[in-house]
Amino acid sequence: MPVSLKDEAAIAGIGVTEFSKASGVSELNLAAQCVTAACEDAGIAPSELDGFVSYTLDSSDEIEVARAVGAGDLTFFSKINYGGGAAVGTIAQAAMAVATGQAKNVVCYRAMNGRSGKRMGQGVSGDIVTSDLVHWSWYMTYGMLIPGSWIAMIAHKYMHRYGVTREDLGRVAISQRNYALNNPRAAGYGKPLDMQTYLARDPIAYPLCLYDFCQETDGGCAILVTSSERARDLRTRPAVIRAVTQASSRGQEQMTSYYRDQMDTLPEMELAASRVYAMSGLGPDAIDAACLYDAFTSEIIMQLESFGFCGAGEGKELVRDGALDIDGRLPNNTHGGLLSEGYIHGMNNIAEAVRLVRGESVNQPPKSVEHVLVSSGVGVPTGAMILGAA
Amino acid sequence: MEANALADASRIKPPLNPDNAWWWEMADAGKLGIQRCSACQTLRHPPRPMCGECRSLEWEAVEASGRGTICSYTVLTYPQFPGYQYPLIIVLVDLEEGTRLTSQLVDCDPADVDFDLPVQMSIQQDPDGFKLPVFRLAGR
Repeated sequence: MPVSLKDEAAIAGIGVTEFSKASGVSELNLAAQCVTAACEDAGIAPSELDGFVSYTLDSSDEIEVARAVGAGDLTFFSKINYGGGAAVGTIAQAAMAVATGQAKNVVCYRAMNGRSGKRMGQGVSGDIVTSDLVHWSWYMTYGMLIPGSWIAMIAHKYMHRYGVTREDLGRVAISQRNYALNNPRAAGYGKPLDMQTYLARDPIAYPLCLYDFCQETDGGCAILVTSSERARDLRTRPAVIRAVTQASSRGQEQMTSYYRDQMDTLPEMELAASRVYAMSGLGPDAIDAACLYDAFTSEIIMQLESFGFCGAGEGKELVRDGALDIDGRLPNNTHGGLLSEGYIHGMNNIAEAVRLVRGESVNQPPKSVEHVLVSSGVGVPTGAMILGAA
Repeated sequence: MEANALADASRIKPPLNPDNAWWWEMADAGKLGIQRCSACQTLRHPPRPMCGECRSLEWEAVEASGRGTICSYTVLTYPQFPGYQYPLIIVLVDLEEGTRLTSQLVDCDPADVDFDLPVQMSIQQDPDGFKLPVFRLAGR
């Protein structure tokens, strides 16, 4: 029995559907497509899948997808809560299952009609008075109904504290849009964004404007996890899971952790950082590229600090230095990210991290990429992962 | 959404259970409540059934002064939901008692709101009779 997940499991395959604003098919259809694509990528038959992991927000249950793709006996199935905070958590589940022998081939998936179906940004409602609904009631009664309104309160406090400007947020949006220009799958493909255009938009939830928000997307993305040993014998170059963890910290709320002493840091992300660095034996200096969760531009700048790429309040300097660009210190979201490729709840950021480790990104940085950092949703119970080249 | 539909609509009401109903009942009575642990006297907001400091399930409600300062804020302009007036200024208020709460700043031009400004609570009554604590810049 391993005492650490370090290097126990690897990502052997990734699969994505087309990303669009109107898929015209069911979410289960998208799930089945991306799962079989991940199997094809790995060279594993769908009938060999024995574990399925997804998000509680995903409408396609594990056994529905299993039947659709013709899987057989399942010995592991689970779903992770907290929206995009589940992203890396699904991989943590799969890695634990593989490392402990609960399953051999576990697929993690997220498939959603995020634009044409249930839109994530449409706020909250419900009939049963759960503790979660009581939590949301403190905000919806006052008109805070969308994720942008919840995150704006923290972004504004952080920007005020450290002198972060709208231009700094714009630099993040433009950096990722520039990557999307080369990615035919991306919503931002062929749609350049410049600072003048960025600054001309009126705020939606001050200080955040349209270009600070992620896309709304129909699509699916699947990640196939197996043992590192088996992954070495498969079709594609594996991305070894050097470290993976979930993280939630004291006073955590979903999106509205406003009542801690400090509002201008991300304590759960700092916890995730310390965990993945300790587990992998690596530090920020060893991270060559990243796919940091980017539902909003401000989250990127704050995470540069959480993960130790700079000190508190210095994230904006890194961004101004072009650190996020292809020739920068930390090329980030080289597919365009949730901001400019599509919003598959962070799963598509994991897929890009795998491509970076394989050397297959459409925007592969000119330097050697040995280790890539990925994070889950910001402002929610979250997680982080470090992938390494085999 | 047509203008008259917006005018007739009312805000989303908080779903109530034993953990939060008392707070809204105090608001209906014109008061801003804070939950206080009966065992260790720690104030907490938003309300929870157990004290995270001493694990006591015993608590009582105390009335806040209503005085505080702006810890952070956002101004919401889009999308516009029925039952709310835009631009909608949402404030996080550090109460002088030491707890923090999310509320709305009323009777204020969005250009006049800023960090650290002193604010004062008042109870707003919606056209449908629903009452909720809101804030004004102090001295207005």
